[in-house]
Amino acid sequence: MPKRTDIRKVLVIGSGPIVIGQAVEFDYSGTQAIKALRDEGVEVVLLNSNPATVMTDPEFAHRTYIEPITVEAAERILASERPDSLLPTMGGQTALNLAKALAEQGILEKYGVRLIGASLDAINKAEDRQLFKAAMQKIGVALPKSGYATTLDQAMSLVEEIGFPAIIRPSFTLGGTGGGIAYNREEFETICRSGLKASPTTTILVEESVLGWKEYELEVVRDTADNVIIVCSIENLDPMGVHTGDSITVAPAQTLTDREYQRMRQASLAIIREIGVDTGGSNIQFGINPKDGRMVVIEMNPRVSRSSALASKATGYPIAKIAAKLALGYTLDELRNDITRDTPASFEPTLDYVVVKVPRFNFEKFPHADRTLTTSMRSVGEVMAIGRTFPEAYMKALRSMELGRVGLESPELPAEKEEREKVLREALRIPRPERPWFVAQAFREGMTVEDVHALSAIDPWFLRYIQMLVNEAQSLQEYGRLDQLPDEVLRQAKAHGFSDKYLGRLLGYPAEEVRAHRHARNIRPVYKRVDTCAAEFEAYTPYLYSTYEEEDEAPPTDRQKVLILGSGPIRIGQGIEFDYACVHAAFALREAGYETVMVNCNPETVSTDYDTSDRLYFEPLTIEDVLEVSQREKPVGAIVQFGGQTPLRISVPLEKAGLPILGTSPDAIDRAEDRERFAALIEKLGLKQPENGVARSHAEAFKVAERIGYPVMVRPSYVLGGRAMETVYDVSSLERYMREAVSASPEHPVLIDRFLKEAIEVDLDLVADSTGAVMIGGVLEHIQEAGVHSGDAAATLPPHSLSPDLVERMKDQAIALARELGVVGLMNVQFAIQGKTIYILEVNPRASRTVPFISKATGVAMAKIAALCMVGKTLKEQGVTQEPEFKHVAVKESVFPFARFAGVDVILGPEMKSTGEVMGLANDYASAFAKSQLAAGVKLPKSGKVFISVKDDDKPAVVDLARRLRSMGFSLIVTSGTHTYLATKGIEAQVVQKVKEGRPNIVDKIVDGEIVLVINTTFGKQEIADSFSIRRESLMHSVPYYTTVQAARMAVGALESLKRADLEVKPLQEYLGITAAPPGTRR
Amino acid sequence: MTKRAVLALADGTTFEGRAFGAVGETVGEVVFNTTMYGYQEVLTDPSYVGQIVTMSYPEIGNVGANPEDEEGSRVHAVGMVVRALSEQPSNWRAKESLDAYLKRNGVAGIEGIDTRRLVRHLRTHGAQMGVISSEGLSPVALVERARSARGMEGLDLATGVSTKEAYTFTQPSPDVFTGLGEVQVPAEPRFDVVAYDYGLKKSMLHFLVDVGCRVTVVPANTTAEEVLARKPNGVFLANGPGDPAAVKGADRTVAALLGKVPVFGICLGHQIMALALGGRTYKMKFGHRGGNQPVKDLTTGKVEITAQNHGFAVDDASLKGLAVVTHINLNDGTVEGLAVPDARAFSVQYHPEASPGPHDARYLFDRFAKLMAG
Repeated sequence: MPKRTDIRKVLVIGSGPIVIGQAVEFDYSGTQAIKALRDEGVEVVLLNSNPATVMTDPEFAHRTYIEPITVEAAERILASERPDSLLPTMGGQTALNLAKALAEQGILEKYGVRLIGASLDAINKAEDRQLFKAAMQKIGVALPKSGYATTLDQAMSLVEEIGFPAIIRPSFTLGGTGGGIAYNREEFETICRSGLKASPTTTILVEESVLGWKEYELEVVRDTADNVIIVCSIENLDPMGVHTGDSITVAPAQTLTDREYQRMRQASLAIIREIGVDTGGSNIQFGINPKDGRMVVIEMNPRVSRSSALASKATGYPIAKIAAKLALGYTLDELRNDITRDTPASFEPTLDYVVVKVPRFNFEKFPHADRTLTTSMRSVGEVMAIGRTFPEAYMKALRSMELGRVGLESPELPAEKEEREKVLREALRIPRPERPWFVAQAFREGMTVEDVHALSAIDPWFLRYIQMLVNEAQSLQEYGRLDQLPDEVLRQAKAHGFSDKYLGRLLGYPAEEVRAHRHARNIRPVYKRVDTCAAEFEAYTPYLYSTYEEEDEAPPTDRQKVLILGSGPIRIGQGIEFDYACVHAAFALREAGYETVMVNCNPETVSTDYDTSDRLYFEPLTIEDVLEVSQREKPVGAIVQFGGQTPLRISVPLEKAGLPILGTSPDAIDRAEDRERFAALIEKLGLKQPENGVARSHAEAFKVAERIGYPVMVRPSYVLGGRAMETVYDVSSLERYMREAVSASPEHPVLIDRFLKEAIEVDLDLVADSTGAVMIGGVLEHIQEAGVHSGDAAATLPPHSLSPDLVERMKDQAIALARELGVVGLMNVQFAIQGKTIYILEVNPRASRTVPFISKATGVAMAKIAALCMVGKTLKEQGVTQEPEFKHVAVKESVFPFARFAGVDVILGPEMKSTGEVMGLANDYASAFAKSQLAAGVKLPKSGKVFISVKDDDKPAVVDLARRLRSMGFSLIVTSGTHTYLATKGIEAQVVQKVKEGRPNIVDKIVDGEIVLVINTTFGKQEIADSFSIRRESLMHSVPYYTTVQAARMAVGALESLKRADLEVKPLQEYLGITAAPPGTRR
Repeated sequence: MTKRAVLALADGTTFEGRAFGAVGETVGEVVFNTTMYGYQEVLTDPSYVGQIVTMSYPEIGNVGANPEDEEGSRVHAVGMVVRALSEQPSNWRAKESLDAYLKRNGVAGIEGIDTRRLVRHLRTHGAQMGVISSEGLSPVALVERARSARGMEGLDLATGVSTKEAYTFTQPSPDVFTGLGEVQVPAEPRFDVVAYDYGLKKSMLHFLVDVGCRVTVVPANTTAEEVLARKPNGVFLANGPGDPAAVKGADRTVAALLGKVPVFGICLGHQIMALALGGRTYKMKFGHRGGNQPVKDLTTGKVEITAQNHGFAVDDASLKGLAVVTHINLNDGTVEGLAVPDARAFSVQYHPEASPGPHDARYLFDRFAKLMAG
């Protein structure tokens, strides 16, 4: 069936801010979908609140709405754009939920918009567990025993039948929020309560535990002619019980006979047909009882997903792109396979390699959270590795994680035998992020595959390979010396994924010596293609991975090339922003005629789309792996300043090994990162930084803090995202910090800064070229006072309270810094303003988190410009001499994963906790802030009770806010101190007890749903501890809360603007004065 | 200690790896199969007689071997080439390791070679004769041995693997896995079908029984008269190894059956039917072997993902005016199915009985039943 002619204009919905369970993979799918639709001459309207995405670049969609993903905003867009269709399957659960709401409220019908890809019926059938169960029963596919409950009583009677352990799954939530496994009645009750609350329909599924069963996923694609294909099968190494996003997964499935696999395939075909997904990709999960092969279906996602991104990267089959074209009416046989060119897309990819995905966690940011992995996802990112065998892929994946481990090192265990065994057994039985290393340790301690399987339920097939690796490591160690190692043994170790560093550690050599020896023995990797067809047809796409075999099938070209090093796994502090910068570098350099060579190991990203660069090496970002690529490709240089700390950390050794680093030198980067060199730099330029010191020992820390005076900010050197950074109020807190959080040493000093009270923080980003010319990209003023990590703070562009004179002075200082450092490329400066004094907090001569935000708001693609500067093009040659001018306002707000980590305080501090960001765009600050809040999922109230409790310093400032809230019709409820103060100003308010004053208190009122907004500021250790439950309960009950008076002021302004009028929506292209390219033109 | 083994191709290319399975030397046509699952079904498929099969998926042996998954009575491939062999299986139905299974069947294997290099080589230079040896002979000598081996063209392998005696088959598909997409097997057989065994796979018989057939399997050299004397409702032409043009008398026998009784052919059976109609077959460069081949049913426009295993194909042009091409391969446009509606006969090049591979084309067995029902 050829393309439908009745689809001319399509609204695509993105997934919004990056959160746990919904990350960069939807930028990848959205970007692919938009490109595919444009290529077909369709006009594309995009709604996505996330400015850090590639898909929201103004040249992708014709009309890009960076607006809150809400029914209200969507309706306004439908009313003004009048698209004929809506594609809801590219933006995760967020897009699906919005499409569902628009359909159910009759809004789609009102504007004559049809859903393409998946109908409302199909979405409901797949997502509503009751309908899903009925559908499965109809086609004879078994499910685990289960039942639904909408009340706790119902749940309790259900579990009597089902038994323990029981699984609780709330309906319509992403990543399984609010669900869990209960082993007893008490746990069951707690989880049911939170599950019922988390579900928008107050419905939970209580299910027979299939814990320990083998877990599989199939990625299914269907077209309008009812042709169905399976793109990829995935087997979870971590069996059922751990969310697939938190599991190590392997593609293709390894431990199935053809009968078992075909049964699963047949079931998938039957399921996608019965659910009625019209076109596009779906993901279906299965469990198999390892004892008798009994198969049950677990769930289905009627849309592209994290797994489909993984499947696309694992197979070379671009699911989102194909799905977008199928939604236009094409059939699979009418579409080509990009990689083989001559064969159609209507086939099933077959692999001749093994893919391993390992999740990346950030539990260290939430030290009080339980680290047990459950059915509720908690990982923030992932890596993927490709090898010809499982051990090779597994070892490559583990070293891609950047956890400081280079192989299967021993984890820490007690020395005493009995205790040691107990700890080890528990670490095998209870899945936690570090289990892979305990599994290896178990074999080292003499446990058998059967023992480890009995405890972990990990399939023996994987365990045997891990045991083999452990044994191999031991026998390698026995050679003692590098020159004693037979070539054959070394080659075998390399083929099994042993890194030079791990080999070095086993034999007692630095990695460089192992590498030199290996090169002298001519043991080097070859590169093979990911080609969808196991070499049956010729492949044209250089999507490559390394292995130690005979034939290299992708010799480098003789073009001029640039190596771009990606940012590895997403983690808090190193998010999508850095992938965005890398992608921009690839686009700009390709356009400038260079061959772009990307190295990255993150399957979620746009940078690892084989379309993004000319050559893609899906490899770990370690010195070894990058050098092997660079030594064969011989690029003019490498870009290391776009991928965050990942490439920066290896830039000096790479340069030493002969790889030219483009742009700002690693030495200049070090000058900005090294505290002492940095202090000298600041002094040389006559600038100011907060009083500070470096502590290289425990004792030194107290001396420095004493000199500076408490409170102080403390942190380890060389970190991104403010890892382990804290505000310390007194000696005893410093004592605890030095004991628990870090160990100070000469190699790893602790940095101590004066805490600037009531200072305003500012981010400035610029681009500089090799002539010393500088373009300021933008200046962002934080809404929270200094002390809140810049990645967490809300901020405005342009500044909302700073005088033009101050802003000019900051720009001058930034330019001076850039010139002094010899920056070529991007640079970010963080300032703190106290009164009229400007302090330099940090200088980052590299891509920063704010670059995509500023680029998006101003329309100036800073990363592209910077990339060209780095290959020698001046700003003048590029025609960029002026700071961008614009009349609108952009507000950045951050989103946090607190709800997923029980018992964690939500207060903001110097350590970054946010996973993503949104942008509010409007013509005034209040409206832009309101949009940013709505986009971040904050439900701004129109009436009700506002709780106010502020520290003494904030009391004068809060008076005005209280008055304005009253005049909008809100009533106030306050603690006694605030009450007394407001009374003197003649403001009426009701008193409520503090938590420590007895009950009922403010927390009871929050829990009871009486409060619509919380303004609560605190300072000092005790006060923060006392008010913890207010913030936590506000979060858990979705009550908006503001913990700084500045943010509260913005919020009150936002409430006023919402009272005045509904928010306008406007496409980015209009804000930027860009006339959209006519439909059908290619990017 | 593992034993070294060498794979030598007739064109002089050699690979060194480790021996597994039976120790010794084996000669055969080296081919590759791209399916990721079902190596046991591949090994036991009689179509692989005389062939050394390379699995392009690198991790092989993971699920060991079990008696239910055998397609023939033993391992028919003469050799196996894999990248990484699992020494111990992990699957609830596994009875023994792949290594032990091949040893028991006397079939030699080589593991630990760059199988992707081998596949790319066969793709570019074509399937060819080769030798696997673990007997310490020099690669040069082995190449010589491969070079002097007789190729597949003109070789009647089907008659060799065919049953010597006729027998009746009435077992439906084993209910190792029940439910799901499986056909409801009629309680009483409705059709008597004679199946020509050119080297048939067990699944074909099961699938015939599943649609209501009582199957009499007959040797490849059974005459048309003998078959017609049984008064069957239909005749089934099975798959088998080697060159269709070399199967003695088969084309004439089938020509004598066409028009008298509904006929359904698969793979070699399809090629023999084409020859019987007056068409031609030819040897392909490296054939189709795998579980992901897209085939379009030209009568419905639908695409099915199919299991395939053939090194010869039917020449499209030679069928003009003799038969309707009903199915084509979307990768290379080769003929995948033909029909002679007047004669109530049809055949497909690929394997609707799957095993291993997708079950998308299972409907063809129903189509045959419908044809017999009239």
